[in-house]
Amino acid sequence: MSQSYRQIFGDGLWNNNVAMGQMLALCPLLAVTTTATNGLGMGLASMVVLLLTNVIISSLRGIITPQVRIPVLIVLIATVVTLVDMAINALLHPLYKVLGLFIALIVTNCAILGRAESFAAKNGVRLAAADALAMGLGFTWVLIVIGGIREILGSGTLFSHASLLLGDSFAWLEITVIPNYSGILLSVLPPGAFIALGLLIAFKRVVDRRLKSGGTQQLVVPTL
Amino acid sequence: MATVASPSYRQRVSYHAGLLAGICCMVSMLLLIGNMESEEIISDHLEADKQFLLGQVLPAALYDNAPLREIEVLDNINGFTKPVEIAPATLAGQLSGVVLQSSVGGWGDNIQFIIAADKRGNITGVRVISHKETPGLADGIELDKSDWITRFNGHSLQSLTPSQWAVKKDGGEFDQFTGATITPRAMVNGVHRALEVMTEWQQQQLASQATQTGDKQLAQPSTPAAAIPAAEQPQQGVTP
Repeated sequence: MSQSYRQIFGDGLWNNNVAMGQMLALCPLLAVTTTATNGLGMGLASMVVLLLTNVIISSLRGIITPQVRIPVLIVLIATVVTLVDMAINALLHPLYKVLGLFIALIVTNCAILGRAESFAAKNGVRLAAADALAMGLGFTWVLIVIGGIREILGSGTLFSHASLLLGDSFAWLEITVIPNYSGILLSVLPPGAFIALGLLIAFKRVVDRRLKSGGTQQLVVPTL
Repeated sequence: MATVASPSYRQRVSYHAGLLAGICCMVSMLLLIGNMESEEIISDHLEADKQFLLGQVLPAALYDNAPLREIEVLDNINGFTKPVEIAPATLAGQLSGVVLQSSVGGWGDNIQFIIAADKRGNITGVRVISHKETPGLADGIELDKSDWITRFNGHSLQSLTPSQWAVKKDGGEFDQFTGATITPRAMVNGVHRALEVMTEWQQQQLASQATQTGDKQLAQPSTPAAAIPAAEQPQQGVTP
């Protein structure tokens, strides 16, 4: 059942990406991506949670029996999310005011349970950590891209308020792409998230098809 | 999930129950520790947030008490969608202003706001705390997006007639936003109503202060307390 790290990162970043391949975690994805900065914050928080849960569950996999695995996994995930929620509230309070609601929602983020159940519970700690990093990075870049598209179209800026999240040394990230721009309202509203995600998924399918066009044509089916 | 050599005792119900119980005990301990470590820092942050908001609407020179600790909740006030929280600002024991926090119904959902006025009823500041109005159209009520909210500053029930407390479209003094009238209209009405409530409440406070001071003087007319210097007397009503 062991996979190479190359394969794990390929899956996480592109082939079986949380948002574009597995179609999981769409609730936080659609809700927070009004700006690229929010996407980045949510992505990093999810990655930290995923890393902790994958490592914990992978190291406990010897004593957890299949019959009670779901309640045990849920209790562990809920605990880690609560601890991360408290830590961010205490240490990164400005970020918490932006993301507070969604951090608690990571509990219901099926991607975390999905990775715990389908990967961490069957693989060693190191592989599980690699998988968490790969999946977390994959989720983060999709969040940033969707947030960036919506932010540029909606308000003409990119990474606004990034210094709030990353500290003042990252103020250079805040770019005004189109000055004096009134913005396409639709892009900031919830439908904008659906449209941006749809375009991104379509783009992935086109690329996948191009890559495979020489070999066997294969239908890309979302795998859970 | 099951390892290759799964011992037979792991098939027993008692093992499952024990495992669940053990995990639950472990995580409870972790959560308890986490809560103990973070509780104080988090409540400090919340306090600082509130203090920051208060500083936005009420100039620091106007008060030396902690209005956030003297909040009174008024239920069933017309014109608001949540109970009204009202607090006095005092300077050297004298009432110097009133702070009010409540919400009004906007286009999307409740618009929660905080407003303060000095003792003459002039608005010192209004800020929107949270709202769900349409971004780009009606979010000009946020200070980040527009200075619209600062145009209430200095106004009072005397400076404008009741019919002037309206958006320009309705014949009043305040601008509406292009394509969004309901949000500014709700805010203007809310601020106007808040001023009325604050004025009434301030009069009640002053009246009850006066009677308290009066009662004390009546109750002990011949004790030395009646002979305290005039300058200290206003203190009596506020710090009984």
